[in-house]
Amino acid sequence: MAEETKAPTAHAGSSGGESRPERSGGDRPERSGPRGPRPGGGPGGPREGGRKYFRRKKVCKFCVEKIEAVNYKDVRLLAQFVAESGKITPRRLTGVCMPHQRRLSRAIKQARNIALLPFAGRAQ
Amino acid sequence: MNRNYELMFIVRPDMVDEDLNKLISTLESSVTSAGGTTKTEVWGKRRLAYRVGRFNDGIFVLMLIDGVGAVVHELERRLRVTEPVIKFLTVRTDEELKRLDKIKKIRDSKKKASATPAATAASATPATAEAGTETPASAPV
Repeated sequence: MAEETKAPTAHAGSSGGESRPERSGGDRPERSGPRGPRPGGGPGGPREGGRKYFRRKKVCKFCVEKIEAVNYKDVRLLAQFVAESGKITPRRLTGVCMPHQRRLSRAIKQARNIALLPFAGRAQ
Repeated sequence: MNRNYELMFIVRPDMVDEDLNKLISTLESSVTSAGGTTKTEVWGKRRLAYRVGRFNDGIFVLMLIDGVGAVVHELERRLRVTEPVIKFLTVRTDEELKRLDKIKKIRDSKKKASATPAATAASATPATAEAGTETPASAPV
């Protein structure tokens, strides 16, 4: 908890581009207690609102739940990784690992082709 | 060389069941005559994610095909000339199935490895009972 209160002040105090390496160097050792895994893999990054700075450990949903078959037919699963605009949510927001992201994006594209997922916008 | 394919196609929503069954059976017969096997699932009417032509929903049909590539070629040609079919998608699945099989095997072997010690512990009940009494005593230390 100490880290959470400290991090925003450190972030606000050091302005400019120099803050970056300093912050990462200072924070790393304190990150010992593992916070709970991020629930789900839906869109919406760790950043909420303005300058709040959370560092939450992101984990790949597919690795954790041992979902191996990423299939274009499983619309409900794929829809969790598609933004409201219909875009594929980037890995940096969902925490999906690269091997799974590759399968996921392929599956989403296949699902789009067969009209299970929209190319753009919400499904009607 | 036989491969596995998944062929999904959408037919217009106002198609009669009779015609749909006829279409499916002709497709299936064209596969079986080429020495393949099929399994067909009709998903029924579903909403499309976007408009296709002037349709907002369609009847989804999934065919699982085991056969050579030429079979798929023929099926796609047929689907293209069949008027009520509004969309189709073919996906080759044999590599994926192989991969999943492999993962499953690895997982099963791991499960067995973890299951055997538990089985031996269950058979040796006095040993576990002893361990059960021992743990609370050792816990404070």
